[in-house]
Amino acid sequence: MAAKTDERTDKQHLQRIGVIWLVSSLVAMALVYFWWGPHLPPGTDSVEAKGQQFDNRILATVAVPVFLFVWVYLGYVLLNWRVKSDTPVAELEDGPAVKGHRGFQATWMIVTSVTVFALFVFGTAELVQNAGAGTGSGQAPIWTPVGYKQNLAKTKLLVVQVIGQQWRWTFRYPQFGGLETSQLYMPSGQEVQFAVTSLDVIHSFWAVNLGIKADANPGVNNIAFGQATKNGLINIRCVELCGIWHGSMYTTGHVVSLADFHTWVTAQQATHSQLIPYLPPYANIYLPQADGGYYDPNTNPLPPPGPTPKPIPSVIP
Amino acid sequence: MSKSTKLTAVIVALAVAIAAIASVWLFLIAYPQTAQAASANGAQQITMQTVGALGYGQHPTYVSYLVEQNGKWIHSTMLQVKANSDVHFTIYQYDSGSPLRNPFMDQVSGTTDGKEVLNGQPVRIVNDYADGGVGHTFAIPSLDVSVPMPGISSTAKNPCSTPAPCAPSFDHNTVEFTIHVGAPGTYPWQCFVPCGLGYLIGNGGPMSTLGYMGGFLKVVA
Repeated sequence: MAAKTDERTDKQHLQRIGVIWLVSSLVAMALVYFWWGPHLPPGTDSVEAKGQQFDNRILATVAVPVFLFVWVYLGYVLLNWRVKSDTPVAELEDGPAVKGHRGFQATWMIVTSVTVFALFVFGTAELVQNAGAGTGSGQAPIWTPVGYKQNLAKTKLLVVQVIGQQWRWTFRYPQFGGLETSQLYMPSGQEVQFAVTSLDVIHSFWAVNLGIKADANPGVNNIAFGQATKNGLINIRCVELCGIWHGSMYTTGHVVSLADFHTWVTAQQATHSQLIPYLPPYANIYLPQADGGYYDPNTNPLPPPGPTPKPIPSVIP
Repeated sequence: MSKSTKLTAVIVALAVAIAAIASVWLFLIAYPQTAQAASANGAQQITMQTVGALGYGQHPTYVSYLVEQNGKWIHSTMLQVKANSDVHFTIYQYDSGSPLRNPFMDQVSGTTDGKEVLNGQPVRIVNDYADGGVGHTFAIPSLDVSVPMPGISSTAKNPCSTPAPCAPSFDHNTVEFTIHVGAPGTYPWQCFVPCGLGYLIGNGGPMSTLGYMGGFLKVVA
């Protein structure tokens, strides 16, 4: 066996490596894309998640031949050119000197350049798409969903403000009277604009299975978009180390039908109706006042039009 | 240097290194004493107080909670209760207050009746801009429990001025509420008033040190 191996030319070895690599790559790429791909994170609970899962499937599939080239070559070398254990020490000698090979070098440069450039084009194209808008990109996002401005003007977008505070999340719904709750509810099939901000330090809002993530910076309105596609739970976490209780800054949101969403909103408005006058008017950001608070309802009543605000009682039974 | 001297030096250096590492390790894993809920008439009872300055220990200027255990006040925020039961809290609030960072927490949540009893009066919402503001909150975010506790009046004539614990003769507000705890687990709780004066965003110091303005509620079977 060893004698046969020694008789092969470099070209024959290369052909064998090439065939092994090609066949194993085709099989593994198919397995990665069709078998493993549907299980890749973040899943398929939203348009954004589906888009990111597709990206992960493509990237994982493209990585397969690169990964296998290294391991097939390494394995082939170890199996064919290893020194036999019974080789006398006196017969050990260095292999032939490695010399440059323009053909290989050019091929290597071209293949790697094309691969990287293709990934760059693919990634950029995916980012521009609606599915790429799951990441916050500031108050004036570069990439917005199709018809974003028109939809916003026609209030087709549900706006949910995400407020981070050491160490919990609260959520405001400006289209429902500035309702603030400790729960995130959103209807499936509804395009949502998340307006993410913080009252103190930097947090990061991550709706894990929706593929939506945006930093929550104090004094910044960070916008991200999302559209859940199926009813279920949302795993929400803070992913910016924000202090001693960072690890417990998580909660569970809900994706429900439109009818159930309106039922929930009505119930929440009833629960929090007396609290509304104590909350600051909805704003993109909330900045601290000189007294340490963020809003004084006695000196900054809710903006007109509306009846003259009544004096705020010190407690409500 | 003789061989025995070298050996002694190595052993001493090794012992010092081990002692240093052990000290850091023990410091990192140290928890305050756990206070178990008292049983009264079949219900569980936890009694606590908040003070403006602890007055002793490693951080005498830190604002802090204390908890009553067997008739004595201990400096701890580790609480232990039984699962699937009601737990009644009584908290004596001796500290002054300020506006909340988020007035959303003016509203009581997570108690069995959605209210707290403030100085004998059932209350659902507390105005954090009223005189005294809100001194502290007792909140367990994972159980959606949030109870605001008004600070003593800015014109209080007899604020607590001694090292903790504060005696009932000093001005204070008494807040009572009941929560229902379910499955066993360990739930972090904290104050949401940025009361770490002098620290970044008011959330450093006592807000970020276990045993002062936050701790764990251990729910055991």
